[in-house]
Amino acid sequence: MISLIDIQKHFEDQEVLHHISATFEEGKTNLIIGRSGSGKTVLLRCIIGLLTPDNGQVLYDGRDIHRLSKHDGTLLRQEMGMLFQGAALFDSMNVLENVMFPLDMFSSKTHRERLARARFCLDRVGLTDAENKMPSELSGGMQKRVAIARAIALEPRYLFCDEPNSGLDPISSRIIDRLISDITHEYGITTIVNTHDMASVRGIGEQVLFIHDGYAEWTGSNATLYTSENPHLREFLESDQ
Amino acid sequence: MLRRLLHSIGSYLLLMRRTFARPQQMRIFRQQYLHELYSLGYNSLFIVILMSFFIGALLCVQIKLNVWSPWMPRFTIGYAMREVILLEFASSIICIILAGKVGSNIASEIGTMRVTQQIDALDVMGVNSASYILLPKILAMVTAIPLLVTFSIASGFIGAYVVCWAGGFLSLADLTYGLQHDYVPWHLWSGYIKSLVFAFIIASVSGFFGYTVRGGSIEVGRAGTNSVVVSSVLILFFDLMLTNLLMG
Ligand SMILES: Nc1ncnc2c1ncn2[C@@H]1O[C@H](COP(=O)(O)OP(=O)(O)O)[C@@H](O)[C@H]1O
Ligand SMILES: [Mg+2]
Repeated sequence: MISLIDIQKHFEDQEVLHHISATFEEGKTNLIIGRSGSGKTVLLRCIIGLLTPDNGQVLYDGRDIHRLSKHDGTLLRQEMGMLFQGAALFDSMNVLENVMFPLDMFSSKTHRERLARARFCLDRVGLTDAENKMPSELSGGMQKRVAIARAIALEPRYLFCDEPNSGLDPISSRIIDRLISDITHEYGITTIVNTHDMASVRGIGEQVLFIHDGYAEWTGSNATLYTSENPHLREFLESDQ
Repeated sequence: MLRRLLHSIGSYLLLMRRTFARPQQMRIFRQQYLHELYSLGYNSLFIVILMSFFIGALLCVQIKLNVWSPWMPRFTIGYAMREVILLEFASSIICIILAGKVGSNIASEIGTMRVTQQIDALDVMGVNSASYILLPKILAMVTAIPLLVTFSIASGFIGAYVVCWAGGFLSLADLTYGLQHDYVPWHLWSGYIKSLVFAFIIASVSGFFGYTVRGGSIEVGRAGTNSVVVSSVLILFFDLMLTNLLMG
């Protein structure tokens, strides 16, 4: 479980996040939804520790990522997997090396075990045949799948995805959504997904946090989403019809 | 302006402090170091040899045609050429050339990693991205440079011999005598010492420009250009400092 307590963040004279508090539950696909520019990416970057919030706490099962010692911080990071908007594969390495990288860096297992784990992850995302390709030779959807394989290589407890469907066709988008959702349930991971794609919200959303202009305006389960009275959320949902 | 300069120097120093950390995984570090030694050092060898060859030849021709007068002994041509090569050319000028070749390469490579979020990906995993990316490059440059300087000196002298032999305006014996005349080993060593500092400047400054890119491909291109300009100026500045310090 990940809890946010009163997160604030500003850039220069622009307040981007206003007092955001929320909890994201274990074994569920938690969505952060909102229009472009509402602050989803900034919030996610605060959660994973790439940005430091001005105020507030981000608790990973009680551990505040912004106040851990360097050593504990590195340990916590090995429990986290992240799927970036542009996949962010290392372009000097081939597919297999990308997936091997976190294992080579942090795992104490033997080379043979690491290789088996990397192949297992590639198989899990359906890319066994692509292991010798370079990232530039892959389609956008395949890059995202490799990035998922890399993110789950160290068997994370927390998985984060920023706009996993951006730039993908609808079919690839559903494949990525399914993978994220299945992996979350299989391994009981706490998953947070940023999206403005309503198809994803309907497809894999379980718990939803709606952000508007940096304010957390609504939170609840997917089933109650359409019963909400919040005008901004209604506008967001209606724009999809 | 001054505040921005101080801010940049401060962030540069902070970045260097993060860079000089013990590598988290020695095996990966060694691989990367060897890779950079090849791509930064070995791949620069050809341009260094080629340029030094022509500069050595040109120096000889210019000194003979435009500096030398009949009342000077003939060996002064070789002597002057040797001093120019040892004192300035093989260290400072070669490093400025390398700032253009290697520096822009480092800055745009790392800048691209930044804007495509590869550096973020490293940070999220708990990898010290500064050390992981920069340390192998800096160490590779610093260890490769003495070799490059050696090749530069040798090929400069060869250039001089070839032009004297082919042009026939100075006997090889006179050239050899000049090259050996009044040799001060310290001039050679000070060139090596300076080149170590310059190599560090090239790799770390262009690494800094790449690492701190924000934006997209335009900013990556700008970082490449800026890193060349700034590291070249810094090389000249430190050249002046070090020359005073080492020779004064
Ligand atoms: N590094 C930054 N510096 C200044 N402003 C930023 C920065 N990152 C994001 N912002 C601003 O924060 C706001 C929210 O951005 P973002 O979180 O990327 O939105 P979303 O991901 O929901 O589309 C935007 O107005 C953006 O201009
Ligand atoms: Mg975003």
